[in-house]
Amino acid sequence: MAHQPCAIVGVGQTHHKTRRWDVSLGGLVREAAQRALDDAEMTWKDIDAVVIGKAPDLFEGVMKPELYLSDALGAAGKPVFRVHTAGSVGGTTGIVAAHHVESGRHKRVLAVAYQKQSEGNAQFALGSGRGFSIGAGGAFAPFMRSYMYRTGAPAEIGPMVAVKDRKNALKNPYAHLKIEDISLEKVMASPMMWDPVRFLESCPSSDGACAVVFTDKEGGEAAAKAGRQPAWILGSAVRSEPSQFPGRDPVAPQGAADCAADVYQQAGITNPLEQIDCAELYVPFSWYEPMWLEGHHIAEFGEGWKMVERGDTEIGGRFPVNMSGGVLSSNPIGASGLLRFSEAALQVRGMAGEHQVEGANVAIAQAYGASAQYFSMWVVANSLDPFGK
Amino acid sequence: MNVPVAVVGAAHVKSERRTVEAENRMVLRAVRAAMQAAGVTKDDVGFTCSGSGDYLAGGTFAFVANLEAVGAWPPIAESHVEMDGAWALYEAWTLLQEGEVDVALVYGSGKSSPGDIATVYPLMLDPYFLTPLGLDPVSLAALQARALLESGRATERDFAEVVARNRANAIGNPNAQVSGKFDVDELLRADYVRDPLRRHDLPPISDGACAVVLATADKAAQLAERPAWITGIAHRIDVHQPGFRDLTVSPSTTAAAEAAGIGDGPVEVAELMAPFSFQELILRDAIGLDDSVDINPSGGALAANPIMATGLIRIAEAANQVTHHGKARTLAHVTGGLDLQQNLVTILGSERP
Repeated sequence: MAHQPCAIVGVGQTHHKTRRWDVSLGGLVREAAQRALDDAEMTWKDIDAVVIGKAPDLFEGVMKPELYLSDALGAAGKPVFRVHTAGSVGGTTGIVAAHHVESGRHKRVLAVAYQKQSEGNAQFALGSGRGFSIGAGGAFAPFMRSYMYRTGAPAEIGPMVAVKDRKNALKNPYAHLKIEDISLEKVMASPMMWDPVRFLESCPSSDGACAVVFTDKEGGEAAAKAGRQPAWILGSAVRSEPSQFPGRDPVAPQGAADCAADVYQQAGITNPLEQIDCAELYVPFSWYEPMWLEGHHIAEFGEGWKMVERGDTEIGGRFPVNMSGGVLSSNPIGASGLLRFSEAALQVRGMAGEHQVEGANVAIAQAYGASAQYFSMWVVANSLDPFGK
Repeated sequence: MNVPVAVVGAAHVKSERRTVEAENRMVLRAVRAAMQAAGVTKDDVGFTCSGSGDYLAGGTFAFVANLEAVGAWPPIAESHVEMDGAWALYEAWTLLQEGEVDVALVYGSGKSSPGDIATVYPLMLDPYFLTPLGLDPVSLAALQARALLESGRATERDFAEVVARNRANAIGNPNAQVSGKFDVDELLRADYVRDPLRRHDLPPISDGACAVVLATADKAAQLAERPAWITGIAHRIDVHQPGFRDLTVSPSTTAAAEAAGIGDGPVEVAELMAPFSFQELILRDAIGLDDSVDINPSGGALAANPIMATGLIRIAEAANQVTHHGKARTLAHVTGGLDLQQNLVTILGSERP
């Protein structure tokens, strides 16, 4: 491994809501970035480069918004970089920012990802204004239906995931949806949106941002010495595959499997279920939790739903998933990937508050996008050698 | 010590005002030609990165269709920037520095023909205070040009001379869209489009694509007889609000050039991305290029301006000068945003760093 170690020393996010009309786009990203800087005990001046990620520009109607946002992020005179890889973009933004440190290019890099869905209409934009969008739920529903058919998973598995994530969200002060009286009955009784997915099994549309501060080995060790536990990146990877062709299986995409195998290899993970303490997986619709457990070698094909059924993926379970409440509870699309990645970092830093998994030393985070064809993943840990190699 | 990286193959398609060819077909042609020039196949490529813009295509996830051009099966390690392909090259270069991948493919593409640029481009500005003004890119450039004239550092004749030289240079460039011999006095007799800019001071509207293959160290030396080594690459951004900066200078270009190592020695050729004629004058000053430097032998952005590929073409052309024209040290400049807000400088050389 020729790259240099990279540490996460600051994480920040906004309160996610349907409409953050109290802030501009600049105000939104600055709120998250300021929290990340405070966490890192840094100021704007300490940052060498800024990496900005978001999903399609048509969602807010601002083309290449990083040009305007550079002022709000104190970036004048610095390098500003803009990533866009569909729904996986938040994760990829974190990975690109980490590479800026791992390559030795910069010492301190700020990654910021956001979406302000209330500024536009995502459903309209996804149809490129031509009015025939079936939306993300419509695009993914056949994959979920196929998953149920092929694995024989009982119909209530999806609703169980929804209940679990919504309960977790009640512990997360930043989460968008807080449904106090959530129950299996309530989920099952909610309207069917895109069969098999019901309203309460779907993600919301959110305004929100997430920011992460990355630094090098020296910076990470200094933070640790000062009593601020860093999260060390043990591995990161991205994969892309075509939207459509007969050899592709969108229920268990090869790109997801390859991406996971790559990060596990980098991190020295041979038994994901045993060696990983918790995971933040990109689950915008309930059924994606078992699908990704299987898609990333955590469970065998057809076994992931059994983990859900047994309660393994609850906080306190054998393999907690989406302790933050996940995408099901907050979905500022461009930021959703980075929120997964930063929650994994918070967990291994022991800073996840009420949704902390006890003894979390190693965590993974994942994001995916477009037609379940773009993947980004990382493994973080509270030391560079958590397995005592 | 960083891993040395070189351009080992590059190609771009002929820019056209309007083509019915799908963007991914243009990318396919550029990618195939670049990979053939480098002597690599899909299996050799360890990382792919592209630059394109949803707003040009008028749709969401426009880059997804471009994946078809690189044959992403089995799945590939790939990323995308909503910027000129030159920044995709920067991302690939950053990754190659880590030494775990030895060949990367980069491409940039854009079709400006489907939309109305004067309507779309104001959306690139501050959405609260500038976009509502309907401030189109030509008007914004005219404000910059006026400021330059009033600084006393250039005249309208200087603008026309930049145009005449670039268009003459483009005669030898098979991929150019605008070329030919033009008389400066004749050019100056044309009407203003936006005072003080005449039509010839504006870039053409283009559809096009460019692809570049990068390789590291020994792999580069093995693939190319004379690789164009990237000896320095850096980018910076300036304040967005045009009213908050001196439009006659480009501090981000100066800073990027310094970080890329312009101080280490003179360059023989510079490919400057100056979509508007007068911006070439600002850039020359910002980088500190004297009259001995051959500026834009390709004809520059005034000869072909496929947005999201224009910048990567500058790097491809500067690399071409090293690989095929015996130059020892060349420079490529790329800009993003309006009125030169964001700038990237690459310095290439024949000597392995």
